[in-house]
Amino acid sequence: MSVADLPNARPPGDLPVLAPGHGPASITDKISSVVFGRMPIWFYVAMAIAFGGAMVLLASLTKLVFTGIGIWGNNQPVGWGFDIINFVWWIGIGHAGTLISAILLLLRQEWRTSINRFAEAMTLFAVACALIYPLFHTGRPWLAAYWLLPYPNTMGMWPNFRSPLIWDVFAVSTYASVSALFWYIGLIPDLAVMRDKAKKLWQRKTYGLFSMGWRNSARHWHNYESAYLLLAGLSTPLVLSVHSVVSFDFASGQIPGWHATIFPPYFVAGAVFAGFAMVLTLAIPLRRAFGLEDFITTKHLDNMGRVMLVTGLIVGYGYVMELFTAWYSGNLYEMYMVKNRLFGPYSWIYYLLIVCNILAIQPLWLQRFRRSVVSLWVISMFVNFGMWFERFVIIPMSLHRDFLPSSWDMYNPTRWDFATFFGSIGLFLALMFLFVRVLPAIAMFEMKTLTPDAKIKEGAH
Amino acid sequence: MSDVSSPVPTAAPAGDCHAEWKRPPAEKPPLDLATVRGRLEGQRGPQYWRSLEEVAATPEFEELLHREFPRFAAEWPAGVSRRNFLQLAGASLGLAGLTACTRQPIERIVPYVKQPEEILPGRPLHFATAATLSGFATGLLVESHEGRPTKIEGNPDHPASQGATDAVTQASILGLYDPDRSQTTLELGRISTWRGLATALMAALGEQSAKSGAGLRILTGPVTGPTEAALMEQLLADYPEAVWHRWDPLGADHQRRGVAAAFGAPHSIRYEVGRADVLVALDADFLTQGAGAVRHAREFAARRRVTVDGPQMNRLYVAEVSPSPTGSVADHRLPVRPSQLPALVRALAARVGVDGVAAPADLEPRLERFAAAAAADLAAHRGRALVVAGESLPAAAHALIAAINDALGATGETVVYGEPIEARPVDGLASLADLARALRAGAVDLLVISGVNPVYDAPADLDFAAALHQDKTLRVHHGLYADETAEHCQWHLPAAHYLESWGDARAVDGTVSLVQPLIEPLYGGKSLAELIAALLGRTEASGYDLLQEHWQEKLGEPSFEDAFRRALHDGLVAGSALVPAAVALAPDAAAAAAAALAAAPAASGLELALRPDASVLDGRFANNGWLQELPKPITKLTWDNPVMLSPRTAEALGVHNEDLVEIEAGGRRLSAPAWILPGQADGTALLHLGYGRRRAGRIADGLGVSAFALQTSEARWNLAGVTVRKARGTKPLACTQGHYAIRGWLADETEEAERRHLVRVGTLERFRDNPAFAADYEHEGLDPNLSLMPGFDYSRGHAWAMTIDLGACTGCNACVVACQAENNIPVVGQDQVRRGREMHWIRIDRYFRGGLDEPEGIVSQPIVCMQCEQAPCEVVCPVAATVHSSDGLNDMVYNRCVGTRYCSNNCPYKVRRFNFLLYQDWETPQFKLQRNPDVSVRSRGVMEKCTYCVQRINRVRIAAERDGRRVEDGAIQTACQQACPSQAIHFGDLNDPASKVAATKRDPRNYVLLGELGTRPRTSYLAVVQNPNPELAG
Repeated sequence: MSVADLPNARPPGDLPVLAPGHGPASITDKISSVVFGRMPIWFYVAMAIAFGGAMVLLASLTKLVFTGIGIWGNNQPVGWGFDIINFVWWIGIGHAGTLISAILLLLRQEWRTSINRFAEAMTLFAVACALIYPLFHTGRPWLAAYWLLPYPNTMGMWPNFRSPLIWDVFAVSTYASVSALFWYIGLIPDLAVMRDKAKKLWQRKTYGLFSMGWRNSARHWHNYESAYLLLAGLSTPLVLSVHSVVSFDFASGQIPGWHATIFPPYFVAGAVFAGFAMVLTLAIPLRRAFGLEDFITTKHLDNMGRVMLVTGLIVGYGYVMELFTAWYSGNLYEMYMVKNRLFGPYSWIYYLLIVCNILAIQPLWLQRFRRSVVSLWVISMFVNFGMWFERFVIIPMSLHRDFLPSSWDMYNPTRWDFATFFGSIGLFLALMFLFVRVLPAIAMFEMKTLTPDAKIKEGAH
Repeated sequence: MSDVSSPVPTAAPAGDCHAEWKRPPAEKPPLDLATVRGRLEGQRGPQYWRSLEEVAATPEFEELLHREFPRFAAEWPAGVSRRNFLQLAGASLGLAGLTACTRQPIERIVPYVKQPEEILPGRPLHFATAATLSGFATGLLVESHEGRPTKIEGNPDHPASQGATDAVTQASILGLYDPDRSQTTLELGRISTWRGLATALMAALGEQSAKSGAGLRILTGPVTGPTEAALMEQLLADYPEAVWHRWDPLGADHQRRGVAAAFGAPHSIRYEVGRADVLVALDADFLTQGAGAVRHAREFAARRRVTVDGPQMNRLYVAEVSPSPTGSVADHRLPVRPSQLPALVRALAARVGVDGVAAPADLEPRLERFAAAAAADLAAHRGRALVVAGESLPAAAHALIAAINDALGATGETVVYGEPIEARPVDGLASLADLARALRAGAVDLLVISGVNPVYDAPADLDFAAALHQDKTLRVHHGLYADETAEHCQWHLPAAHYLESWGDARAVDGTVSLVQPLIEPLYGGKSLAELIAALLGRTEASGYDLLQEHWQEKLGEPSFEDAFRRALHDGLVAGSALVPAAVALAPDAAAAAAAALAAAPAASGLELALRPDASVLDGRFANNGWLQELPKPITKLTWDNPVMLSPRTAEALGVHNEDLVEIEAGGRRLSAPAWILPGQADGTALLHLGYGRRRAGRIADGLGVSAFALQTSEARWNLAGVTVRKARGTKPLACTQGHYAIRGWLADETEEAERRHLVRVGTLERFRDNPAFAADYEHEGLDPNLSLMPGFDYSRGHAWAMTIDLGACTGCNACVVACQAENNIPVVGQDQVRRGREMHWIRIDRYFRGGLDEPEGIVSQPIVCMQCEQAPCEVVCPVAATVHSSDGLNDMVYNRCVGTRYCSNNCPYKVRRFNFLLYQDWETPQFKLQRNPDVSVRSRGVMEKCTYCVQRINRVRIAAERDGRRVEDGAIQTACQQACPSQAIHFGDLNDPASKVAATKRDPRNYVLLGELGTRPRTSYLAVVQNPNPELAG
């Protein structure tokens, strides 16, 4: 989806992707100063809070392993609650990074450069948070940790390849490893810059170790470019496949509200939607805090707003189609599922979802809102919440009233559910803070290709 | 196992009560062993023996010796000889060492050195015995694994069981192993011994023999066992002034008085439900409660099993206060206030032509209509009609109903009268009131209470606890638990469970069953017979000897040993049923009864009905976790007894589910949560008995409120002029079906269940027109075999399948407890039930039909695993922990399960159960004994579900394969099927066309649940056929 195709699009180049006056040296100085400079006191306070959150996660998982899933609110018939909501939510957030890095790279969207590193890191951390849930939501995680993998064993047992959960294992683990590789490869030239800029021996040694002997030679650049492009090609289908496969968990189930063919595209769009929202949520404070407005410009924000609008509309279409299909099918169970969403005991969550994911993004049609950091941030927070509500609507709300009315029940999350959820947010933020502190959050060498000098050279060829 | 026998002190009674307890004052405090021992302690060496000599010479010691060793008293010479002295000295030294050591012996597991007869490890044995409830016996076969009873089944040869059981009997196996049972004799709350108690009893009885037992009172429940009765007769002969009181909170006093009024004698009464074409039940849950219920359910269901060849069935009219299982299967169900029932009886009597009875003038039109139709129907089926009344109806109503039945020609046909089953039948309440009066008058020196708990369950106006507190009375309590009554007695003696004791009891038709123990008493408890024998001076008599002694002469010919063994083997004494008595209605009994009913003051205001709880009855089973967690029929509540209100009454009071309400009746008040129950009569409140226990055990203490606190001697079952007020606050209740507001949730549930055709109900008329009416609800042109996946050929080997006849199911819960016992299903507790995590593998769904204010019907639908041929759970399991067997079972591999719960999410029937926490008790040694060794005990994090009792299938299948024969139809019975009193469940091999299950699958009423999903369930249902009276239609 090219920006030019978006409704209300302005001619490209209207806004710069890099503020004027920057050259290679100033880019390196500015970006690496975040790592090498002194951090303000608020950074440590925020880091401490986030780390505290991660400890809450550790405590709740420890309690979980020693006591059992029963500390959560999951029950009969709602076998999956916060655990799988959070899993899908985090996986969705983890979509933006690869989309920005790979697909926009292939589409030669040069505005991606300033946000890709950061978005990829976010992807990795989100996937890490997501992976906690499928493991720990099982009754016996010490067995689930390896029984879901196909490995030769004396029991002569393979996992059940017909189960969407096994597809999940493959899809998510592939995605996690390719994303990590892609991110790391992209980091190598910058790690070498960091090695060269570092003052202290241990910093030089550490960056040196991870830069894998990068010497900026033409051969290195040649290999690098090929590898990066190949990985981008490899990641591109993954962006579409991961969330499609995650949606199969539901789409291949029987439950009304799950059993729908629309799920794969609807989930992918939702994931991109959520991912961009999270990038905005994090990028807006970050660029302000570290004075990176020159690199993450209003153009970036505007473009991300457009992507959010488009994917949000796709998601909204999905909601409408769910209602339509239920009505059009005439299926009793589907119709009741819709009735339950609209008027059941959890209908307030459905309406919150509509407010957050459909109504709240409508201002994005107007440039004014796309270019205002405040409105963008507020809207992105709406979407973050909205996408969480969406998963609540899909998972517990479908399960709590299915085929036999006798087994209907309510789902009441406990404080441990919330502790695990907020704990995973703490872990995510702590990892983000660490990332910003030790690695260049913006790809320096790629930013340099946006400088006027780089352009002239390009034109001269 | 060593823990089992170690005496663990149960909670000592509160300290302040102790102060009030005083030993019976005696002229001179007799010297007992403790005093002797105290005197002897602190002296050492040679002086010790000299002192004994001195002590033994005292007159007190002589007396002690006689009390302590009555049998050997004569052997003790006047002086101590050198020989005796040395014997005692040696024994004392030898035994002295034993007391010092408290270390438990090391336990070694060794194989049998000598193989006990008939025991093959891993192969269970079954023994016949009998359980009693209010004295009435139900014959049982108890499964025993290497000496541990694990599962109770009905005895097919026994008239009261016919192979089935009810829920409380199924659960009694857990009662045996209850760790909260009293484990030691207690004196003033401190551990004592049987010997110590026997000493105290002998002393007290010694006084009594002087005054021919004038101060001796014995209080028991109803006794039907010939041995116990004979012993008691002997005791009463020895102490002619002694009084034997009987108390049973569930006793049929009204019925007995009514029958006595009608026929002049307190005849026993038995219903031949199977012979009746038209039945009217007035507030009588005769299919699930009271004596003979199991048999009634079977006979009733047999008359409702319509076939194409014989489309005939009986018809049941029920008028009741609150919906009961019996009401739920009625063809016409009328909610009535308790005060309306006597008028209804009079209307029926007048219309069927009982002499001297006039119809009441001011009957409500809907009652009038009901009475007219029912009476006409009854009259049209003379000799094949039956009217059954519940205990809540006054005695006069029972007398009038006896007259109605007599007028209908039912006497001797559908109602059979006979000699009383009970020994020396008395009116329980009068008897208890007598005792209370005697206690207050100070006329009781020794009171022995056995197996009853009047401190908890006597009507509040008797204030029995206060009556019991007489300083001069020595009170001895004998029971399974050190309960509320034990708290108010100086002595408590643990009773032996029926599975631990020898005895006998009569069934509702008089047949004598022998009770044989399956295990040695776990805590050294005594049976009632042993206790009575002790009162007769035979403190060491064993129950076995007592039983044999009694039957020696009766079974003497030709060989006692053979006859006794046969009776033990069969579980009953053949030919011991009572012969029906010829009865004649007293001339003016009906008119007098009708006049008494008409003269009763009219009830005003809200009426409160107190009824036995479906699970724990009057509280005697309160400490049974299976029963507490058993969803009660209709309400599906567990673990509590809220106040039931009809939707309209609740609305008028402004009360919602779980709101606390305050009930005030006759100046007594209590506060309980409310529960709204469609089908209950408007203007009534209902509270179940059996809750509010204080000293029942860890399970029951503190659950609910005690309805006995509102009960009075005049109004035990129905209280009028009651006020119910909304109080502040709510109390959460644990319900397994429908956890939300009545209008929103239940209305939705009812509407959707009807729309989805989960329970298919047709009338007999419709069945005659179109026997396959259940298929009308199927989608047209839908091929349930349509599948993308290749099918599996099940035509070779076995194809296990089940059908459940919804027309027969009363929702009595026997199957649920049977399944729990068979399959080691844990109890999760009230909090976990509230979270929707109950573990029952079989559940009974309840759906109301029609409006909530006046439901047209209530249906029960047992749900087991459907064992789908195309099982949605199997595809989604990532580790292949649930897989299909070649005979069509959906197997669950616990060891492989990692607990993703995906299978449960994808199960359209939601039959899977997950161990969210460690629900199994892995610690309590008693529970280890109960478990079925053929079924895995699941740990936390594992999914489980109904297996069709695969362990039972495989035991029979393997034996058949070994012998090279085919499995016979009926050889395999699932636990639920075996327990079902109404034989609603059929199980067998579909590949055997002659099997019962194959026949029921061919029944036109057969249908599957959610067949359109293509799951191809192996479990299917037979639609309900009802037989409404056309006159009452519309």
